[in-house]
Amino acid sequence: MLAFIVRRLIQSIIVMLAVAFIAFSLFQFTGDPINNMVGPEASAETRQLLRERLGLDKPFPIQFLHFVGNVVQGEFGVSYRLGMKVEDILVQRLPATLELVAVAALLALAVGVPLGVYTGLHRYGAVSRLMLTLSLVGISLPTFLIGILLILVFAVWLGWLPSFGRGKVVSIGWWTTNFTSWDGFRSIILPAITLSLFQMTLIMRLVRAEMLEVLRTDYIKFARARGLTNRAVNFGHALKNTLVPVITITGLQIGALIAFAIITETVFQWPGMGLLFLQAIQFVDIPVMSSYLVLVAFLFVIINLVVDLLYYAVDPRLRIDRAAVGAH
Amino acid sequence: MRANRPLLEVDRLRVEFPTRRGTLVAVDEISFHIDPGEVLGVVGESGAGKSLTGSAIIGLLEPPGRIAGGRILFDGSRIDDLPYEQMRRIRGKQIGAVFQDPLTSLNPLYSVGRQLIETITTHLDLSEGQARKRAIELLAEVGIPAPERRIDQYPHQFSGGMRQRVVIALALCANPRLIIADEPTTALDVSIQAQIIALLKKLCREHGTAVMLVTHDMGVIAETADRVAVMYAGRIAEIGPARQVIKQPLHPYTVGLMGSIPMVGTDADRLVQIEGAMPRLTEIPPGCAFNPRCPKVFERCRHDRPDLIRVGPASTACWLYDGQAGHD
Ligand SMILES: Nc1ncnc2c1ncn2[C@@H]1O[C@H](COP(=O)(O)OP(=O)(O)O)[C@@H](O)[C@H]1O
Ligand code: SF4
Ligand SMILES: [Mg+2]
Repeated sequence: MLAFIVRRLIQSIIVMLAVAFIAFSLFQFTGDPINNMVGPEASAETRQLLRERLGLDKPFPIQFLHFVGNVVQGEFGVSYRLGMKVEDILVQRLPATLELVAVAALLALAVGVPLGVYTGLHRYGAVSRLMLTLSLVGISLPTFLIGILLILVFAVWLGWLPSFGRGKVVSIGWWTTNFTSWDGFRSIILPAITLSLFQMTLIMRLVRAEMLEVLRTDYIKFARARGLTNRAVNFGHALKNTLVPVITITGLQIGALIAFAIITETVFQWPGMGLLFLQAIQFVDIPVMSSYLVLVAFLFVIINLVVDLLYYAVDPRLRIDRAAVGAH
Repeated sequence: MRANRPLLEVDRLRVEFPTRRGTLVAVDEISFHIDPGEVLGVVGESGAGKSLTGSAIIGLLEPPGRIAGGRILFDGSRIDDLPYEQMRRIRGKQIGAVFQDPLTSLNPLYSVGRQLIETITTHLDLSEGQARKRAIELLAEVGIPAPERRIDQYPHQFSGGMRQRVVIALALCANPRLIIADEPTTALDVSIQAQIIALLKKLCREHGTAVMLVTHDMGVIAETADRVAVMYAGRIAEIGPARQVIKQPLHPYTVGLMGSIPMVGTDADRLVQIEGAMPRLTEIPPGCAFNPRCPKVFERCRHDRPDLIRVGPASTACWLYDGQAGHD
């Protein structure tokens, strides 16, 4: 177990270094950063001074190590566009995105898993068929269209929910949250639904397919032959066996949610990292872009670690300790 | 109450699969009975309908398969038309089952103890602690060493033979009066097969449990069964005392089977020395289903279908014995 975690941590560090390298390379592709900082009329001496002060005269590997060192200490440089420290901007934006993604993921699980179980158990029922058809719509409509439709119905026609922004947020330390005010809570509903719809249908279809698969297995037939109740068979035995693939996909999908959040945040003008990233691209704001990459990669790595630990919790076959095997 | 009422009575059971191209009759009006404590061996080539008969008895036919006719009586009352919940209470408690593949009969995510305890507490009015004590006793009874320790282990930590012992413990844990064992050793290593059969035989004798033992292995039948039923293409070709059927087979199909009595532990399927193969359900010929392969076929066999005819202590479905019917 410990060896496994250590191995995973080392892998994670390698992944992070690779991403950091790509993020760092962004700076090289966009020409001399000095040009971005000083006007065209600056003298050669000024440029050279600045170059030395920023360490840009050093060889490439040294510059990279310097970059990694800064990132580890939480220093991401200064935004070209906003003139603020990138880490300060990220701290402002991170809670908005994470809260949106968390609500969307919970929503996708809370709706997707029960619907998947239901449609798997009542394979030929009318409700199941309807849900499957609807889920096709959910999978095929693009996110921005769903967002705009929801805004049209719930914000414009019905006027029930706000159509943009985070509403009133409350600060708790450096974190800002939507959940402590009614206005903030109302504001997160439409974007969260928009963001989760695709994942929700995906999880539902996945759970359904897995349920159908598991219900065919011998151990389910044997569980029924032992006279266990339907509830014990369906939820105790069958559902638990669908969890490993569901955890895998959910983990991957949380990553996808962070990525898709770019679109949702744009549609709803949600002040998160996705919106920040899009604006950074428009302005070729390299420090912000590269920091976003590093941060998202970091979140992915964390999610993968959690997914692996959950596997351990669910599947005893992964927990084989040598002592027990040796006892055969 | 009659003193010697059969424990199980299968009366003109018919199992069908509705398909787009018409109805397939997989089990065609078969009748037999099992007395309390008796071992009935069931033999026949793959696809003869042995497993479907077993599934029909425990009420676990998988749709679209269904019982289309006949009755199944257990201890004098009908069980083929019971509502799911009532039949569930009979499964495991009155009628246990052991399936072919011990490697897939156990849920990989739960310890064997959990699976035993849940089965015990489902059927018997015992506390968790009492059930655990009983589970350990059962594991000891089926010959698992160090049961106090093994009870908390997972299926993957047991070998194939040990797993089948656990499966037998699960089938016996509420002391059922009948066990349906569908090829319980086919998937096991040849060296272990005899042990498992001996165990099953011993336990059932001690507990007075009747057994419907489906097997390919004539050696097992000779050693274990009181009576034997030979199935061919969804019907019973011959049924009678095991000794009788083995020594003096009546039906030409049985004669062919016995002519190739395999060594203990081999698969009769591959040893059938009768020319040709059993017809598919869609291609069952009119008259006697065996007529294309029968060395003794005559005109009548191609038009009329024979029913079981009593010949001495056995019965057979073959026109050769028409008019020789013994009297009860
Ligand atoms: N779901 C199904 N649809 C159509 N035919 C089936 C189905 N399940 C089983 N059968 C047919 O029923 C027959 C009997 O099967 P089975 O009872 O499993 O045979 P056995 O156990 O004697 O080998 C086989 O010919 C098989 O093709
Ligand atoms: S009825 Fe005819 S074809 Fe069928 S087994 Fe008897 S002799 Fe052979
Ligand atoms: Mg079978």
